[in-house]
Amino acid sequence: MNAMIILNTLMPGQVVLEYSYLLSAIMFVIGLKLQSHPETARKGNFWAASGMILPMITTLILNRNGAGEGIGMGNVIAILLIIAAGTVVGSIMARKVKMTAMPQMVSFFNATGGAASAAVALIEYTKNPDQAVLVGLLGLVVGSIAFSGSMIAYGKLDGKVGDIFAKFMTYVNLMFMAVIVAVIVLVLFGGFDAQTRTYLVFGLLVISLVYGVSFVMPIGGADMPVVISLLNSLTGIAAAMAGFIYQNEAMILGGILVGAAGTILTLQMCKAMNRSLINVIIGSFGGGGASHADVQGSIKEITLTDAAVLLSYSQKVVIIPGYGLAVAQAQHIAHELDSLLGSKGVEVKYAIHPVAGRMPGHMNVLLAEADVPYEQLVEMDDINPDMPNVDVAIVVGANDVVNPAAYDDPGSPIYGMPIIDAHLAKNIIIMKRGMGKGYAGIENFLFFNDKTRMLFGDAKGTMTKLVSEIKSM
Amino acid sequence: MENVLTFLTANKDAIFIIVLSVFLGFEVISNVPSVLHTPLMSGANAISGVIIIGGIILVGHASTTFEWVLGSLALFMATLNVAGGFVVTDRMLEMFKKKKK
Repeated sequence: MNAMIILNTLMPGQVVLEYSYLLSAIMFVIGLKLQSHPETARKGNFWAASGMILPMITTLILNRNGAGEGIGMGNVIAILLIIAAGTVVGSIMARKVKMTAMPQMVSFFNATGGAASAAVALIEYTKNPDQAVLVGLLGLVVGSIAFSGSMIAYGKLDGKVGDIFAKFMTYVNLMFMAVIVAVIVLVLFGGFDAQTRTYLVFGLLVISLVYGVSFVMPIGGADMPVVISLLNSLTGIAAAMAGFIYQNEAMILGGILVGAAGTILTLQMCKAMNRSLINVIIGSFGGGGASHADVQGSIKEITLTDAAVLLSYSQKVVIIPGYGLAVAQAQHIAHELDSLLGSKGVEVKYAIHPVAGRMPGHMNVLLAEADVPYEQLVEMDDINPDMPNVDVAIVVGANDVVNPAAYDDPGSPIYGMPIIDAHLAKNIIIMKRGMGKGYAGIENFLFFNDKTRMLFGDAKGTMTKLVSEIKSM
Repeated sequence: MENVLTFLTANKDAIFIIVLSVFLGFEVISNVPSVLHTPLMSGANAISGVIIIGGIILVGHASTTFEWVLGSLALFMATLNVAGGFVVTDRMLEMFKKKKK
């Protein structure tokens, strides 16, 4: 460190500023810790938010640049105006979004965070082109990838962007990664003059943005929870890299905490699908690895009346929701069904697969929105031992997460993936729009099970009719 | 080689914080029930908006047009991330809360 910085840190204001960052870092940790228990989670969010506001205020008042100058009045006003605008826009978006659209919203906010990190890293580079450091370049690269990747994820979840499944995308992506590494090495050790290095850095920005797009493009459907959580972790890392440039502890710690949290969630999602992270990123799930096992048995339908009778005289019913429930916005009617059955003395539980939906924990949020008490939501590992005692398992818009091929068919692409053991229930009712295959593009053996009956139609419409059928009994 | 040594020495404190933060992060987050995965992800996402401090510093000392434009953009985006992230997380957690007896 040079003399100037030592001098600055000896000024009382600078000491307050530095320690406000420490306080903020502590508040982030407490906030995240509290957010891991349902009872304290909301309080945790307030802690984290306060941990964000504190360093914003102290930085605005106490920050000094290398020459010891504070932030000028004009700049302070500009900063306050921008923050006010961002807060209004961000809050309105966050208030208006539907719970079913939550994965898109989180992706979008993640994209803005990534873009901010990339922009900060870029400006810092142009300020001191002679001091191009690895962390700055990494902040730029990771932030850009997180931005463009999250925007594509947002577009896909919102139905604006389609999937591209192609074998060659794997090679294209590997090539992009190699180019990015090569350019970083060139900038750092190539011995170019400042002008050339600046061109290279802008080139790096462009390649990283393109790579973000081509990285998320081939990934879709059931892999979405993994990707969103991975991109989330990248944004955290980008923020930490920018924090490194400023030697700012709150930014470093906050960013790395998010990076670590995102990584853990990502790995948990991968484990829930019995696939490695590499396999999710570069493997194309949709096409290859078709199952060769022959399906035995036939599809049998059930009438609404029969389904109503069956459910009303059951003791234990388990509802297994999937993405189809979210698409049909059927969470409210599902709750109506479960409370109606509950009033008849039927015990109703929801079985939640870790990767059901399009982001980690998506089903829990939807059902919570419909006022389903979270005690009624049971995780896969807890419900499976009880499945043989269940009278009726209702599968609503889920497919691969209940496919017994995961146990029986070593040739199946989902072989080995943990599933909810719907096939062990005494009766199985499947609500489905048609005979389409799940995301993995394979036959679901469960549909051909002797105990299985199909109820075709849109999940919301079918359940509405089912509820009125039960009421009229 | 000398570059690397200089870098490692000059940034020792930051590197220590990074490495220890990774362990802290794993420790704090592990064993979260899947009920909370979405709010936790969105809450963590809001924290990654801490880049907002970088935005404040940049706009605070902006001199060229380039710095003003890109800095303002960065600050605005970071604010979206922070404000939107915390509000959306609170909305989700509120739903979990009101069912408590």
